[in-house]
Amino acid sequence: MSESFQFRIDGVEVTARPGQTIMEAADAAGIYIPRLCDVEGLRHQGGCRVCTVKSGGRSVSACTQPAEPGLEVENDSAARNRVRRDLVEMLFHEGNHLCPICEKSGNCELQAMAYRLDMTEATRFPWLEPCRDLDASHPDIALDTNRCISCGRCIRASQDMDGKGVFGYVGRGIHRRVAVNGADLAHTDAALADHAMHVCPVGCIIRKGEGFQVPIGERHFDHGLIGHEIEDRARKDGRK
Amino acid sequence: MATETKVKSPPDAEIMAICDRFGSDHHRMLDILLAVQEERRCITPSTMDTIAAVVGVTRIAVEGVASFYSFLSLAPKGRVTIRLCDDIVDRFSGLDAVVAAFEAELGIRMGETSADQAFSLEFTPCIGMCDQAPAAMINDVVATKLTAERATAIARALKQGMSPAEALVADHDVLSPYQRVRALVDNNIRQSGEVLLGQVPEDAGLRAAAAMAPSAIIDAVEASGLRGCGGAGFTTGRKWRFAAAAPSDRRFVICNADEGEPGTFKDRVILTERADLVFEGMTIAARAAGAREGILYLRGEYLYLREHLEAVLAARRARGVLGANFDIRIQMGAGAYICGEEGALISSCEGLPGEPKTRPPFPVTRGYLGFPTVVNNVETFAHVARILDRGAAWFHAMGTEKSHGTKLFSISGDCARPGVYELPYGLTLRELLSLAGAENAAAVQVGGPSGTMVGRDSFDRRLTFDDLATGGAVIVFSARRNILEIVDYYMSFFVHESCGYCTPCRVGNVFLKKAIEKFRKGQANDDDIAYLKDLSATIIETSRCGLGQTSPNPVLSSLQNFPLIYAALTKPTQDGVKATFDIQSAISGARDIAKRRSYIFDKDFSK
Repeated sequence: MSESFQFRIDGVEVTARPGQTIMEAADAAGIYIPRLCDVEGLRHQGGCRVCTVKSGGRSVSACTQPAEPGLEVENDSAARNRVRRDLVEMLFHEGNHLCPICEKSGNCELQAMAYRLDMTEATRFPWLEPCRDLDASHPDIALDTNRCISCGRCIRASQDMDGKGVFGYVGRGIHRRVAVNGADLAHTDAALADHAMHVCPVGCIIRKGEGFQVPIGERHFDHGLIGHEIEDRARKDGRK
Repeated sequence: MATETKVKSPPDAEIMAICDRFGSDHHRMLDILLAVQEERRCITPSTMDTIAAVVGVTRIAVEGVASFYSFLSLAPKGRVTIRLCDDIVDRFSGLDAVVAAFEAELGIRMGETSADQAFSLEFTPCIGMCDQAPAAMINDVVATKLTAERATAIARALKQGMSPAEALVADHDVLSPYQRVRALVDNNIRQSGEVLLGQVPEDAGLRAAAAMAPSAIIDAVEASGLRGCGGAGFTTGRKWRFAAAAPSDRRFVICNADEGEPGTFKDRVILTERADLVFEGMTIAARAAGAREGILYLRGEYLYLREHLEAVLAARRARGVLGANFDIRIQMGAGAYICGEEGALISSCEGLPGEPKTRPPFPVTRGYLGFPTVVNNVETFAHVARILDRGAAWFHAMGTEKSHGTKLFSISGDCARPGVYELPYGLTLRELLSLAGAENAAAVQVGGPSGTMVGRDSFDRRLTFDDLATGGAVIVFSARRNILEIVDYYMSFFVHESCGYCTPCRVGNVFLKKAIEKFRKGQANDDDIAYLKDLSATIIETSRCGLGQTSPNPVLSSLQNFPLIYAALTKPTQDGVKATFDIQSAISGARDIAKRRSYIFDKDFSK
């Protein structure tokens, strides 16, 4: 703590400890940097690129870039958010994200990020419309990788928190996707109690036998924009 | 471990023996899978189970590697796999006729394997033979200057049971490894410079380095002004200094021989003719950085060079200049352009999918297996050996103020004298084109697809790091060529080669490719030009590594230098209706279902 230093995000002074990433320091300071693949408690992947910020004139992913004394970081600007919206739109167009029929709607981070980033107009990208088989083999868990955004949270959670390795990436490029350690999910040691089954930001890993228990309108992101918990920290501290 | 409910097949002794050959070390996963592929021509789920159990990883981890590399296959391949290079230069050199000849003689189409599992036919991106296109890999050898007649003859010989080497080289078994390489592939050295392709003494640089302190070696390399020859152009001496300064008891030197940029083949020639110089440079780097272990990462397409390189390494060990304080192993790649990126290359050497690593930390502080690692290009190491022999000042005096020494250019396409040219940095593109007999070039791709496509108004620009930078590729196109066909091909290349780790590169390049297809079909609007630029900017800004940061370059540089080609193909929006919407293809499905023509959109409905 004694070696803590300062840098600035959008002109606001932020304190960081050595070894912290830009995002970790921002979170602690109550400044939200949009992100999808990164989640507290898991290794940083730096894959979705939604957290891209300008730091010292260079574009970097805030979740992996170490904070440094004196950095000037540009985060919440029109230009950064436009690029982020492009990335979120890419993820929508890469998979099949049909919010009205998805159990995750209202709790979905991809959907919530689209709202936060004002993805309100018709998009320009083509739809890739994947057609992958639904894996409903497991008694408690269903897997619809057509909704996967390749955030890899389930992979890291299974490896690092559950000590298992139920999930992994296979393939390359646009064919890269999350797959399971066996013929299907039933042929793995996946269990509903695994952390990995509860970190999916979208409706790809779904709990079976339980649908729409919380009505739409009363779900997590119906109460506030994604990131508001972090921003509330700053308000509580009387900063900002 | 997974709890498999199905009955386990008995342990596969042959697979276990292959794992054993590589110490059952999961870091050698790529070697294990390549050996399995060669033996079985397929990596099945049960094989992956066996490997996973033996080396102590999950099966999904094995599958992640097996499904990443183009030369590994989860479906059975033929005993002979013919991989035709479908680079744009090959396409412009008669590839279609060669494809037709192979298909006719073998009775299978591209992408298929024959029923008796004797043959597989497939396409592969640039195999580094653009100066002798069309070319193909046939198992572990390479066939160049293919014609329909030659393809038919080769296929017949293979069908009669000849091995690929027998089919391509007469008396191949009495030739030395070097002679076999020379019999398969022409060097096409058109211009030898003072540094690399002229006469070079044996181990003179290494002898000089042996008498110098490691820091003095780094000083000399830094003073020479040498910059990385793979494309990025980082100062070599500084890289070494960082690695030497990183606290560690183990360090590595890796030579990047994953020359994958389409149109580049200079490293092929260096590895053929100056392999000793490359290993000498690596040995010098090892002394400077304090490394005892080295790896030459050889692209899978250059498998035909392996025996030759092993022979050179063996001779160096026998001569006592390798093996005592520093030794080198060859790591084969398996068909992945991304592995030319140094982080991805290290991942690949570690037996992982070829995905770039998060930076920082940089390889000089945390590289191979987490140890400080120097990664340099083939040409860079060869230069080092010469710099230590002749002195930094000698090298520094050549070239320009910020680009010192000579550079090897690989020239191909529409020119009279394709091949390798060693020239000092700083000559104009026009001078280079004139040497190659390409005075009538209409467009030149400098630096390969990730470089710049320029037109005649740029021919007086200079080939240096500050102006027209290139890792070596110079691809010439005459006025007969369709620029958008070239751009379309290059985008399909990047789509194929993106590792898929990050969103913009994985998805954005697919969208860029689709947008170019729209232009080619004449379905683009004026807005689509802005769309191309916006999408390119997002991909460049947010991509995680150099692949995505440069993949939109074919689009952007052709838009900049050949704007009329795009403008000529766009249709204005009329009466609020976009010409991009193709009603005929949109209703074709409905027409098929209804089994009749459209009353509104088919003028000849009544017929």
